[in-house]
Amino acid sequence: MSVLARNLTKTFGAYTALADVSLEIPTGKLVALLGPSGSGKTTLLRIIAGLEFADPGSGRIDFHGADVTDVPAGKRGVGFVFQHYALFKHMTVAENIAFGLTVRPRRERPDRAAIDARVKELLKLIQLEDLGARYPAQLSGGQRQRIALARALAVQPKVLLLDEPFGALDARVRKELRRWLRHFQREIGVTTLFVTHDQEEALELADEVIVMNNAKIEQVGTPQEVYDRPASPFVIEFLGNVNRFATKANPLPGAGSDVLYVRPHDVDILRDYHGEHGVRVRVQHVFSAGNTGRVALVRADNGDSIDAELSRVRLAELNLLAGDEAWVVFRHIRLFPAGGFTERDVATEDATPAIADPGQGI
Amino acid sequence: MSRSHRSVIPGFGLSLGLTLTYLSLIVLLPLSAAFIKTLGMSWDDFWTAVASPRVVASYRISFLASLAAASVNCVFGLIVAWVLVRYPFPGRRIVDALVGLPFALPTAVAGIALTALYAPNGWIGALAAPYGVKIAFTEIGIFIALTFIGLPFVVRTLQPIIEELEPEFEEASASLGANRWQTLRRVIFPQLVPALLTGFAMAFARALGEYGSVVFISGNMPMRTEITPLLIITKLEQYDYAGATAIAVVMLGASFLMLLVINLLQKWSRRHHTV
Repeated sequence: MSVLARNLTKTFGAYTALADVSLEIPTGKLVALLGPSGSGKTTLLRIIAGLEFADPGSGRIDFHGADVTDVPAGKRGVGFVFQHYALFKHMTVAENIAFGLTVRPRRERPDRAAIDARVKELLKLIQLEDLGARYPAQLSGGQRQRIALARALAVQPKVLLLDEPFGALDARVRKELRRWLRHFQREIGVTTLFVTHDQEEALELADEVIVMNNAKIEQVGTPQEVYDRPASPFVIEFLGNVNRFATKANPLPGAGSDVLYVRPHDVDILRDYHGEHGVRVRVQHVFSAGNTGRVALVRADNGDSIDAELSRVRLAELNLLAGDEAWVVFRHIRLFPAGGFTERDVATEDATPAIADPGQGI
Repeated sequence: MSRSHRSVIPGFGLSLGLTLTYLSLIVLLPLSAAFIKTLGMSWDDFWTAVASPRVVASYRISFLASLAAASVNCVFGLIVAWVLVRYPFPGRRIVDALVGLPFALPTAVAGIALTALYAPNGWIGALAAPYGVKIAFTEIGIFIALTFIGLPFVVRTLQPIIEELEPEFEEASASLGANRWQTLRRVIFPQLVPALLTGFAMAFARALGEYGSVVFISGNMPMRTEITPLLIITKLEQYDYAGATAIAVVMLGASFLMLLVINLLQKWSRRHHTV
């Protein structure tokens, strides 16, 4: 089941939550809606769910070719999972999961035995077989989230929508549940859209990432694509750590105030350097966890800070101490001129203008 | 409290002392005076005072009318509170203030106004009279007066709870395919039950003790429309202090028991709500 949304606009008074947004979600895919808070991602999700409606006259939503723009939430065939689960506290886990089936009109309602069987099947699927008789208050956050998922799946939705599904969980449970959801979604193959503000979560989990900012979609692509080929300064800054330099002189063709980006893992530190591309720096802080070492550096000439990430082995070779002087070279830089965007692989290209004159260029 | 149990919230000893002193002065002392007064009576005198047919008839009318009024208020109070919280309409503030009026009005004023309305020659009484229905000076009149004074208890208890209902639960219910009525009955109503019980208990307790608004409309016919608080006043006026307190003690015991039951019900109804 594919989801197709076209030209959605949503305003709350003077505030624009969505400005002419269009998107497509292919059948069976797990897609992340990624953006900072206030970017409109939750509003978009709620409009797709039918819990909110786009501004009158704007936009259209199709589920697999059928127009559902004016169909109420309960008849759209969506499963919605809320950030805080929204489990009915006065019902047992089994009653919660069965809810969507028991509220069906009498003609379409499965009989008691069929409902019980379905609940049992779902409890098994979420690996909580023995908890059917418990109440939500007696369960942990991770268990509640899985039950909310089972409740949404009980009615066999065509589309599964999750609003910040791991937002209220602690780090360890989040990681575990994330992996579980990945596996689970593959298994049942339901088209899934989830909202998150955590870039790591989006990159790790999704088949496709939709990056949103300021009521608009900035970029759509696979995690690899959005990370390696960000379409805008916003995307590169939002997806992971990055060093940002404003260029004074304009090193590449194109007007306006250009901005240059280097990912910390594209920064190489050298004790000695005699080429033309190096920048003189002072070590401020060295920290290593796991296989990566992080080094905080300060440029000797203008005091800009630079973050570098290198392997632990390389870090040991360098034997850097706070206060040491060193050189850095950038393996890969991205430049966003006012007009468009250029990518330079320093390793394969000679004399990249931005690096050629480090003292004045950058 | 030992040193090992020090709490981060200071002042427990002082505030508990104040609470107990205040409660003793305001509530316990007068109540125990009633009990002590009855202790002076012999068992036979006590029994004659509290179990004479006229007194028993008054318990009946007092409890039944109060129960009926509180129950009706639960139904309509819920609707009023729901409308006042959920739907913005012009004049909502005024209607909201109107609900609180029975709190503020001197009960005698309410009694006189209601009697004037429901008497056979009053506006509403005159409409009912041709069908042979008498409202004022019957049990129905008592019920109407008790409904009037009990309404704000139910509405004011429910309003904050309805305001704080999380829209998420309704949205979850709707997205699972439930219609409005199913959502109301199976998702919203269970969340309101504890508050509804509290409102019921308060309206009921207030109705049991109500005197001022009832004596005008009830007609005070012995065995039929005489409420227990009126009997107590009557006994007092005859300088039968012991008799009056004896009836009071029975009322007290019965009210306490009912409130206890309602409290237990309430606790049971919110057994799963702790998160």
